[in-house]
Amino acid sequence: MTGPPASRLALALVVRRVAGRPLLLIAAVVLVAIVAIALCAPLLDLPSPTRLAISRRLRPPSAEHLFGTDEFGRDVLSRTIYGARTSLLVGLLVVAAATVAGTAIGLLAGCIRRLDALLMRFTDALMAFPDILLAIALMASLGPSLFNVVIALTIVYTPRVARIVRGATLVLRELPFVEAAQSFGASPLRIAVKHLLPNVLAPILVQATFLFAYTVLTEAALSFLGAGVPPTTPTWGNMIAAAQQYMHQAGWLILAPGLAIVVTAVSLQLLGDGLRDLLDPRMRQHF
Amino acid sequence: MAARLASRLLGMLAVMAFVVTLTFVIVRVVPGDPAAAMLGNEATAEQIAALRARLGLDRPLLVQFAAFLADLARGDLGQSIFLDRPVLVAIGERAELTLALTGLAIALAALIGIPLGILAAVGQGRGRAQVLPTLAMVAASLPSFWIGLTLIKYLAVDLRWFPVSGYGPPEAGFLERLHYLILPATALAIPNSALILRFTRLSMLEVLQDDYIRTAHAKGLPSRTVVLRHALCNALTPIITVLGLTVATLIGGAIVTETVFGLPGIGNLVTSAVVRRDYPVIQGALLVISGVYVVLNILIDVIYMLVDPRIRA
Repeated sequence: MTGPPASRLALALVVRRVAGRPLLLIAAVVLVAIVAIALCAPLLDLPSPTRLAISRRLRPPSAEHLFGTDEFGRDVLSRTIYGARTSLLVGLLVVAAATVAGTAIGLLAGCIRRLDALLMRFTDALMAFPDILLAIALMASLGPSLFNVVIALTIVYTPRVARIVRGATLVLRELPFVEAAQSFGASPLRIAVKHLLPNVLAPILVQATFLFAYTVLTEAALSFLGAGVPPTTPTWGNMIAAAQQYMHQAGWLILAPGLAIVVTAVSLQLLGDGLRDLLDPRMRQHF
Repeated sequence: MAARLASRLLGMLAVMAFVVTLTFVIVRVVPGDPAAAMLGNEATAEQIAALRARLGLDRPLLVQFAAFLADLARGDLGQSIFLDRPVLVAIGERAELTLALTGLAIALAALIGIPLGILAAVGQGRGRAQVLPTLAMVAASLPSFWIGLTLIKYLAVDLRWFPVSGYGPPEAGFLERLHYLILPATALAIPNSALILRFTRLSMLEVLQDDYIRTAHAKGLPSRTVVLRHALCNALTPIITVLGLTVATLIGGAIVTETVFGLPGIGNLVTSAVVRRDYPVIQGALLVISGVYVVLNILIDVIYMLVDPRIRA
């Protein structure tokens, strides 16, 4: 065989497809920027997000404070940037935990027929509670802390991953390569991990991206309701919750955290949409 | 059809059995003592013991679960600790507002989402076909509490077109109540219209590829007739399903929106119960809301079967 190796061809194909989707590129750049700013926050020479300066309370946006100051005189932009660290950390941990747990449950349900109905009714039951309701009920029991927010949201979002993985597994299970592996005497566990898992990674990746967006939104709502991360830690939801009673005089307080939530969630969903188109073979004809 | 329906009902019973068990478990995963958590730091040991006895927490877990099931079978969801009345009564008192709010929100969301979804499907290849789905994504990413606070600030505080919060005096009439509900319903409808838009678009795109649509065009029918009479009628069935799914997100959203607008509905009941750790209320709300969701989805399945003869077989 001559010509460039398959990996280079594949890379060229990916580059061409990504270049044809400006929204995907923009979303990726925005997300990288958000993560970079959040990570480098201590290096950015920002006003302190926690030091109180009552003399400067509730200042409207100005050159000095781009998004104004809050009821304790703290810089809103600075708090929004530090808030990103918490919101993104929660999102990342929830996505990681829900993806691992959901993939395991989905593979189990997809491979072992006897467990399928039981596991799926269980996920149906978890999904019968609205996301926020289940999350705040769990938080009421567990008590407010960052770690408990991660646990609560993982329980809320694991069923979604499990459903997607199960669906993909059911389709794959009927394909000849699985039958071939069975005929070699491969154990069900080996088939699940070696043959099915690599093939469901694409839908899992897409789902994980959307899940990240939902987690950011739900975490913000939880914190807003006072059932999330304790109010002493700046998060986007906490900031909007605190701003609520000053809305009449200081509408700017919710601008920066609100924009941060929307831009992050939209970028993640655009990324998920783009990835789905890239990875779904049925969509390839459109490129 | 009867066999299909029976298997769906059986599945529903299994789901409800899990829902009931989960509801029991969720409230009991409290680290330490729920009674102590409810009463706070200043409670004496006797007060905690009294509450434990009242809630039956001093009995073995399995006995508690059996008692919970027995109460449930009698339609008894327990007593609210702080409101001093049965949970079911507390939920019932607030149900009307939440029903009105979610009903109005779903109507608004459908009014926004369905026409825009049709436009996005019909304009395939044109600018709006790209812009509308992206706009929908932005709408879906707007937290309803943020929209709510923004609407309050500009339309209620600055322009004084709407009341800032609440549900009006007890003797308020229908129109006055509606006036109080418009802003919260809008805040709730905007993110939810996005899902409806996306599904309408997908459903319409699929139908528009069918042969009979080409035939209708070939007969020389005006595009408007083809799209609205021929295509939309068949595209509507999946849209009905999405409306059913939207109800769950709407109720979740109502919890947040009622808090923002100070509306005394079920959502507000839940958030204050969470703050006060009124576990029987949390438990009751979980059961009632998930029960409504499960039953609603069965009903939609039945409607689906009645409307679409292809599924009946």
